[in-house]
Amino acid sequence: MQEIICIVCPKGCHLMVDEENDFAVTGSACEKGIDYGRNELQNPVRVLTSTVRVSGCSEEDSDIVRCPVRTDGSIPKDLMFDAMKQIDAVELVAPVEVGDVVIPDILGTGVDIIATRTVK
Amino acid sequence: MSEKKYELIVIGGGPAGLAAAHSAWESGLRKILIIERAKHLGGILNQCIHNGFGLHHFKEELSGPEYADRFIKMVEACTDGNAPEGIEIMTDTMALNITPDHEVYVSNTEGYRVLKADSVILAMGCRERTRDSVGIAGSRPAGVYTAGTAQMFMNIMGYSVGRRVVVRGTGDIGLIMARRMKLEGAEVLACIGASDHADGLARNVNQCLKDFDIPLLLRHTITEIRGKDRVEQVVAMEVDEHRNVIPGTEQVFDCDTLLLSIGLIPENELSKKAGVPIDSRTSGAVVYENNETEIPGIFACGNVLQVHDLVDFVTEESIRAGQAAAEYVLGGCKAKTSDTVFALANGENVKYTVPMKARMEEIGKFLEVSFRVKKIFGAGSAVVVTQGDQQIARFKRPYMSSSKMEKIRIPKALIDKIDPLGEPLTVSAVEEVE
Repeated sequence: MQEIICIVCPKGCHLMVDEENDFAVTGSACEKGIDYGRNELQNPVRVLTSTVRVSGCSEEDSDIVRCPVRTDGSIPKDLMFDAMKQIDAVELVAPVEVGDVVIPDILGTGVDIIATRTVK
Repeated sequence: MSEKKYELIVIGGGPAGLAAAHSAWESGLRKILIIERAKHLGGILNQCIHNGFGLHHFKEELSGPEYADRFIKMVEACTDGNAPEGIEIMTDTMALNITPDHEVYVSNTEGYRVLKADSVILAMGCRERTRDSVGIAGSRPAGVYTAGTAQMFMNIMGYSVGRRVVVRGTGDIGLIMARRMKLEGAEVLACIGASDHADGLARNVNQCLKDFDIPLLLRHTITEIRGKDRVEQVVAMEVDEHRNVIPGTEQVFDCDTLLLSIGLIPENELSKKAGVPIDSRTSGAVVYENNETEIPGIFACGNVLQVHDLVDFVTEESIRAGQAAAEYVLGGCKAKTSDTVFALANGENVKYTVPMKARMEEIGKFLEVSFRVKKIFGAGSAVVVTQGDQQIARFKRPYMSSSKMEKIRIPKALIDKIDPLGEPLTVSAVEEVE
């Protein structure tokens, strides 16, 4: 039995995961927490956020030099630093729209890196 | 030249101001102005590039800039036949003064002007406490930043900030910056907090510190900063239950950067100039059930009213303020007179309540009260609302912590039982006795 704190939402439920009983989860206030608890001890995943360089901005956004990005879904926790290296190599040219794909299928995870700010 | 008169001026274009302006438009106002001192709308959300925003309001998990982007687009989409130009936005504009009769003095590249409005919403947010507020001795080299300043340098301007980092304070911004700096290649030596638990949300201790093996050093403080041009060392010491340092417990960290995440202060200089009374517990305005301050037609919402943990709740509060401002203006700008005003008070284990006052006849289906508890409550705790010896309502809670704002909704039917002229309605937190 392991106690972990759920990170799905800010509520922070205290979950009990029973690894000897098919990773049964108790203490969760919702279904998502049960999924999180089950995955966390077997294949932990995280959403990764960072920024990338952006250039070619319009007068209105002339002060913007970085565009925030995130994984459009969760990736395996142990791939975070490798994903950071790939993100560091990217430079965007404005205009950028929220949701634009910055890196498709990062590290073969099936998850895209997307822009999270509109830059004109 | 006669100045245009606004129905509503919103001070601040962050999450609170955007939601309040949008909600006032939805509630029927058409002459609305948002004043923002920065170049862009969105406020602090623009530098909060991490995820976790919007789970309540949008039912999905967004980054800060995405959450802001949605509200900016909603505000920009506010336009119709009566007001084709929509909600007016002045960025790069500083509000210098607000008067009790709703004049707003502003300054920008076009010069200095006095704007008039039927109503004003205060949505200025908050600023960070600095090293002086926790009394850290030592030299004053480069490399000591509040966590939010480091966040701006890193996420907005693209600087690396530091290579060997110690974080003093365990607030959410500090935890999030510890992870952020680690991901960008810095070594984060420790996150140090004086109390016996982290101030930030439990999920952030988990995903920001534990995930990256960053040590959490509780019941400790920083007593000295060493370094000439740049930080070279900081000294940490253990503290006792009264937060006095224990001699002989010195630990020296070799680092080039110290981040401070030691709390936020609502920015109420303008509110005070307008004569708005400030509550000493929240450092925000004294407000009624509809977010109106003691000055008729001036409302407050978001972090300038009370420091929130979640932007979703800022949005909820600001929507209420926008609706109330619209109701005030469309009702002919009449100050509410009520002889059934009752006070709310914090009882045992509760730090404050918002609102601080309520008008009996203005309460709809329920009265929502936000507050923070003073300590951690485990399973089987409860929030109790009393007037004198009489229990008005009781809400069970599985877990409560001072890191997290709590809310209760007291049904109107129960509110009707109280005597508005009697003792204050008192909110307390208790361990449930079964």
